[in-house]
Amino acid sequence: MSEAIAASGAPALLRVENLSVRFRTDRGMVRAVDGVSLHVHAGETLAIVGESGSGKSVTALSLLRLIGDNGEIEQGRILFDGVDLGRLSGAEMRKVRGNRIAMIFQEPMSSLNPVLTIGKQVAEPLVLHQGLSWQAARKRAVELLARVSIPDPVDRLDSYPHHFSGGMRQRVMIAMALACDPKLIIADEPTTALDVTVQAQILALLKALTRETGAAQILITHDLGVVARYADRVAVMYGGRVIESASARELYANPKHPYTQGLMASVPSLDSDPGRPLQTIPGQPPDLANLPPGCAFAPRCAYARDLCRQGKPPLESIGPQHERACYGYE
Amino acid sequence: MTDTALPGTIPTATTRPLIAGADHPIVAFCGRLLREKPLGAIGGVIFVVFLFCGLFADVLAPYAANETNMAARLQAPSLSHWLGTDHLGRDLLSRVLIGAQLSMMVGFLAAGLATVVSIVLGLLSGYLGGKVDMAIQRVVDAWMIFPDLLLLIVVVSIVGSGMPQIVIVLGLLYGIGGSRIVRGGVLTVRETMYTHAAQSMGARTLYILWYHILPNVMPVVIVLFTTRVGAAILAEAGLSFLGLGVPPPAPTWGGMLSGDGRTYMYMAPWLAIAPGVCLTLVVFSVNIFGDALRDLLDPRMRGSR
Repeated sequence: MSEAIAASGAPALLRVENLSVRFRTDRGMVRAVDGVSLHVHAGETLAIVGESGSGKSVTALSLLRLIGDNGEIEQGRILFDGVDLGRLSGAEMRKVRGNRIAMIFQEPMSSLNPVLTIGKQVAEPLVLHQGLSWQAARKRAVELLARVSIPDPVDRLDSYPHHFSGGMRQRVMIAMALACDPKLIIADEPTTALDVTVQAQILALLKALTRETGAAQILITHDLGVVARYADRVAVMYGGRVIESASARELYANPKHPYTQGLMASVPSLDSDPGRPLQTIPGQPPDLANLPPGCAFAPRCAYARDLCRQGKPPLESIGPQHERACYGYE
Repeated sequence: MTDTALPGTIPTATTRPLIAGADHPIVAFCGRLLREKPLGAIGGVIFVVFLFCGLFADVLAPYAANETNMAARLQAPSLSHWLGTDHLGRDLLSRVLIGAQLSMMVGFLAAGLATVVSIVLGLLSGYLGGKVDMAIQRVVDAWMIFPDLLLLIVVVSIVGSGMPQIVIVLGLLYGIGGSRIVRGGVLTVRETMYTHAAQSMGARTLYILWYHILPNVMPVVIVLFTTRVGAAILAEAGLSFLGLGVPPPAPTWGGMLSGDGRTYMYMAPWLAIAPGVCLTLVVFSVNIFGDALRDLLDPRMRGSR
């Protein structure tokens, strides 16, 4: 699907160029995102994969410029629908959030305000962005809840979040995200806190709804199984950088970065020998405050050479729709 | 935060209150207060009785508060004067009732002002953080150096005594001190996912403060209010005792204790006992009621009923 969209030559809906984000901490400046470039076309699902601390969530939050008081976008451009989000004023940026770009968080148990009713919270984006009255927004909220398959939506309007299960709450979050028909939905590990069966339901729902509305989706996850099923394209992040990016099919068939290969090898498959221990990547994930001068993966990489420890390899095209940041080991 | 029933409790009709409309949250809350915190409920009842006396003191008082009757000076409690009379023959019951009115007014107005000040300062300081927080907190620090009573005495001796200045000074005193507690609550709520979610939805700061932060710090605010009512009543009594409170002949409890109460302590002990007992009861009842509220409104307990 992504090839078809890319081949049509339409400009990307979202294009992130050379984005760097840093945070002031007690231990000095930490660069959480280091020169990341991404693009998403309308109707496409891009998965950003990486372990904790790889910078994937920060990348997503900086798209909405929600990185807190101690964070700062050091450099880079975020072009959304032809507009540079970095140049928007605070008020203009608020009109983008929740309206054109919506976000779904990983903790459905705590993403809803415990003291407000479900109806009020689903109506909120409509009141904020479409200028509806609370009453009119409430009516729309019923439709939205029905769209995310919540039974008896009219009766559920006056329920409180603690009446809902985790999966139901994530459905409510999706309803809120869809309220204003956003062009881009960012889902930050939307299923980590849910049961496996519920995970599949939620992801299928997200996929169906984004397909219906033609919205693009950025799916942030560390679950490679999720990526395989729901993503069109994948960007793998490590130590704040994108180290490999390809279509999901290509990445699974033909991983080119040693880290991606390690990840693929560590996923157990049904036909592997049950007695065989799981494959792991030796070493620890990098400390962002204390990154090595060269490739962040070099200390754990079996193929690392002197070159790898001296300079950061740039992201280079190695095939159609396939890029990687590695000096090579072949 | 699951709402599963505790093992052994069966949600049948017998566990439901029998009164119609009992599913209203306020009625349900009162039921909970009675069941789980009986002492707090007693405190609440005593306080409401005093509040009622204060509200309707003008109707309830058998005599005017300052109506003198020289023929009936320093009388012991009797049928015509239930609590006796003072050295000017004024009816003590009437004076205690009007005193309740004054105390309640000072208590509620000062605590109300304090709560508003605490909320405004606490929300701004806690939510905006950074330089705003720094500036507000240093002012609060500086303010809290002065002992409460000293500040009150200084202000009253400059602008003269009277109810408005006492209410304003007490309101500012407790409000600025209490803003710390609200700020602490805000700091917790600010970092919750639902606040981040509201930000990611493009809500304005004021909107987030009003709809998302404030309702979640309300338990703290309610407890702050109740404890400040008691503290303000006590502080006013203390000031009146020193002769710096609401000026005579207004019948304040503190003034009654220090004036007639002390002078005629041996001849007419009821003059000191009546306002003293009232003061003790009010402060005690509002405090245990506040404690019970705090326990019941604790966010960690929410949803586990």
